[in-house]
Amino acid sequence: MALFRTILLRLLTTTITLFGVAVIVFVVIRVVPGNPIAMMLPPGATDADIARLQALYGLDKSIPQQFVIWLTGVMHGDFGTSISLRQPVLDLVLGRLPATLELSIFALVIAVVIGGFMALTGTRLRGTRVEAGIDVANGMALSVPDFLWGLILILLFGVLVPIFHISGRISPSIDFPFMTNFYVFESVARGRFDIWADLLAHMFMPALALAIPLAAIIGQLLKQSLKETMHLDYVTLSRTKGYGENHVIVKEALPNAVLPTLTLIGVQFTFLIGGTVIIERLFSYEGLGNMAIDAVVNRDLPLIQGIVILFALIFTVVNLVVDMTYAALNPRLRHA
Amino acid sequence: MTKLSRRSLLQMTTASIALGGLSIPSSAADIGELVIAYNVNLPSWDPTVGPSAVNPTIQGIYQSVFDMFIAQNTDLSFSPGLITEWGWNDDRTKIHMTVRDGVTWHDGSPFSAEDVVWSLERAGKPETGNPIQFIWGNIGNFSIDGNKITADVINFDPTIFKWMSFLTGYVMPKAYYEKVGAEGFEAAPIGTGPYMVEKFERNAFVRLKANPNYWGGKPDFDTVTIKFVTDAASRVAEVESGNSHVTLEMPYEEYNRLKGGPALAGVAKPISDIGMIFINDIDVMLDRNVRLACCHAIDKQLIIDKLLSGYGVPIDTLQTPEYEAYDPSIKVPYDPELSKKLLADSGYSVDNPVKFTIQTTKGFKPKDYEMIQAIVGLWRKVGIEAEIEVYEIAKHYELRAADKLAPAAFYNWGNAVGDPTTSTGFAMFGPSPHSVWDGQDLIDMIGPLWGEKDEAKRIAGWKAVDKHIAEEGEVIPLLQYVQPILFDKRVVVTPHASGALLPHLMKRA
Repeated sequence: MALFRTILLRLLTTTITLFGVAVIVFVVIRVVPGNPIAMMLPPGATDADIARLQALYGLDKSIPQQFVIWLTGVMHGDFGTSISLRQPVLDLVLGRLPATLELSIFALVIAVVIGGFMALTGTRLRGTRVEAGIDVANGMALSVPDFLWGLILILLFGVLVPIFHISGRISPSIDFPFMTNFYVFESVARGRFDIWADLLAHMFMPALALAIPLAAIIGQLLKQSLKETMHLDYVTLSRTKGYGENHVIVKEALPNAVLPTLTLIGVQFTFLIGGTVIIERLFSYEGLGNMAIDAVVNRDLPLIQGIVILFALIFTVVNLVVDMTYAALNPRLRHA
Repeated sequence: MTKLSRRSLLQMTTASIALGGLSIPSSAADIGELVIAYNVNLPSWDPTVGPSAVNPTIQGIYQSVFDMFIAQNTDLSFSPGLITEWGWNDDRTKIHMTVRDGVTWHDGSPFSAEDVVWSLERAGKPETGNPIQFIWGNIGNFSIDGNKITADVINFDPTIFKWMSFLTGYVMPKAYYEKVGAEGFEAAPIGTGPYMVEKFERNAFVRLKANPNYWGGKPDFDTVTIKFVTDAASRVAEVESGNSHVTLEMPYEEYNRLKGGPALAGVAKPISDIGMIFINDIDVMLDRNVRLACCHAIDKQLIIDKLLSGYGVPIDTLQTPEYEAYDPSIKVPYDPELSKKLLADSGYSVDNPVKFTIQTTKGFKPKDYEMIQAIVGLWRKVGIEAEIEVYEIAKHYELRAADKLAPAAFYNWGNAVGDPTTSTGFAMFGPSPHSVWDGQDLIDMIGPLWGEKDEAKRIAGWKAVDKHIAEEGEVIPLLQYVQPILFDKRVVVTPHASGALLPHLMKRA
């Protein structure tokens, strides 16, 4: 019953959050300078032409009227039609979401692997030059923004040693009738590892660029947590039982030390998805972030709204999942 | 069944990524499929409606698939296209056109005069959302006799045939469009152009197949993939790595670095886009001396040499040498002493400068912000203190349409048909939403030219307008842009003065 009440409460707060985001976005993008009609005005357009175009895109009504019309549509699953792409917004954003999710998840996996490896290695070899080297590498990884990592990777693996694709999500020469937009998962599920390899070769550089700063954060926090945990009594006890250092770190210290890192990963994952906006642009990756930039540049109001709402939904869902996972892993919270 | 361990999964992943990477085309191999790294995305396939219809950068892709009513040569002159012959009757109340025989649509169906008339009528209907409807609506009451079309002139517009080679001037397939509808057309567009759409991934690429029946001859490359690579650094990496064979619009420094390399060549030709500073006739810009002082204090060649690596052509009117009303005798020379004198006449000096705001984009065009910084520096030396305000291009459009630009505002103007109406006309005629100069002087001079039926008189009239504008300092033309194109040495690229990068003009070296 308590669990049901908690979930209900979270759904309610999520709905309120999304509504708040919708109101803010709707008003802000209409108040800031730059409207889509001015951008498509031909030379010599008259006032009547401007009025006609405004009416065509529903921009001749007041902002509250426009909001009510939009919200009514959303309630019925209609997020409007993109001005620049001339397609339903919902289809567009849902069509792009899988690409961004796959990229983000791949980046997260890379970040966890690299960060985890650095933390475990640093803990195992604490006090040595290796740990100092890891700290320096962490500092460098954190101080360089992800888009700059992207440029460095393009130079390294795109130009100097051209082993990865610089742009796109899949090679244009591949003709494969995908049934979903989750290309990576689908190619594995259907046993097409050649296509899977091509997809990964496209995703690798953008994912790594996104992952490097996150890996540094994970590495730093997890190493710190591990080092603190290593001084606790139960860890000392396990040592006295004769367990080796590797066993003590991985089997005894890590399960406790990983909890704060898990929360951080959840929070950082949402930032990572936000980071795809620039990275997808840099690598011409056909995800939601790339589309978001085009939508903003073209002042495609319905599309901007749809993308922001979707991003907000992802953030709230990820936070919910993190909270629930944390509760599941932490007995103190589970029984609270 | 083999058990998948963590170790084997890791090994397989690493090997797969490496193998996937190995599929990158080798620059040593023959070019079977031409790959172009394009600088913009293609939002929509209908070239006659929506914002993309008036986006000049996209026209190169449209022109690969669709034919315009009238074709345009690489020097901006016109030539027979789907319409092979065109003209007016003597009193300019009717137009006539002859439609090319033997053309087929990409689906194999025959192209006819019906398609031309349907396309023109559709473009002229306000409800279709054609942004250039105000032009197409000037002709109507079409009649067809075989491959001959005649129509009534509803409002005389001397540029109507030029528009048939400009924005939204594309011939669309009547029967196919009516059969599949707008959505169906977006999914599977067809035209009569040199290439057919084989595969389109939005925001990623479009793969084109040569039209074997193209009336202008089959293109040299059977398959062309246009990748949408909007980031300039990534485009440069694309050609440098051999992933793409052709790209355009990169920093001039990068162009200079790569064009003479072992694998790449380059071509940089002036295109029809110009950089200019709008002057809004408000505040201090109502003072002729201030305006002229602004004009004469700018060393355009210096800016081109220092900021654009020499790639640019200084201009003194809104016409480039390729435009029809270009008059080389109109000069606005760099003369800082004259600027000082003009300012002194109005009571300004270096110690008591005239002050105003200048707006500019930053990064929208090559070195736009840096150019304005340099201009502000030059102005400061003669007694002009301009404060720079950076804005997004979307804000520029909105402010310009509302006539609320700052006293000075940087912009770039494209005019791919080279007619004075689509440069000086729309930019400087007060009632136009694209003009911020409201002076009655220009309204009186330009007004009669819109409907001038004598072509020689019309062009002479526009030259007189440009001379007047230069003498009064009502706009500051800066430079004609040069478009850098980098390409694999195994490809021959023919640039088009409109700035459209056209795959069918590319051949094997």
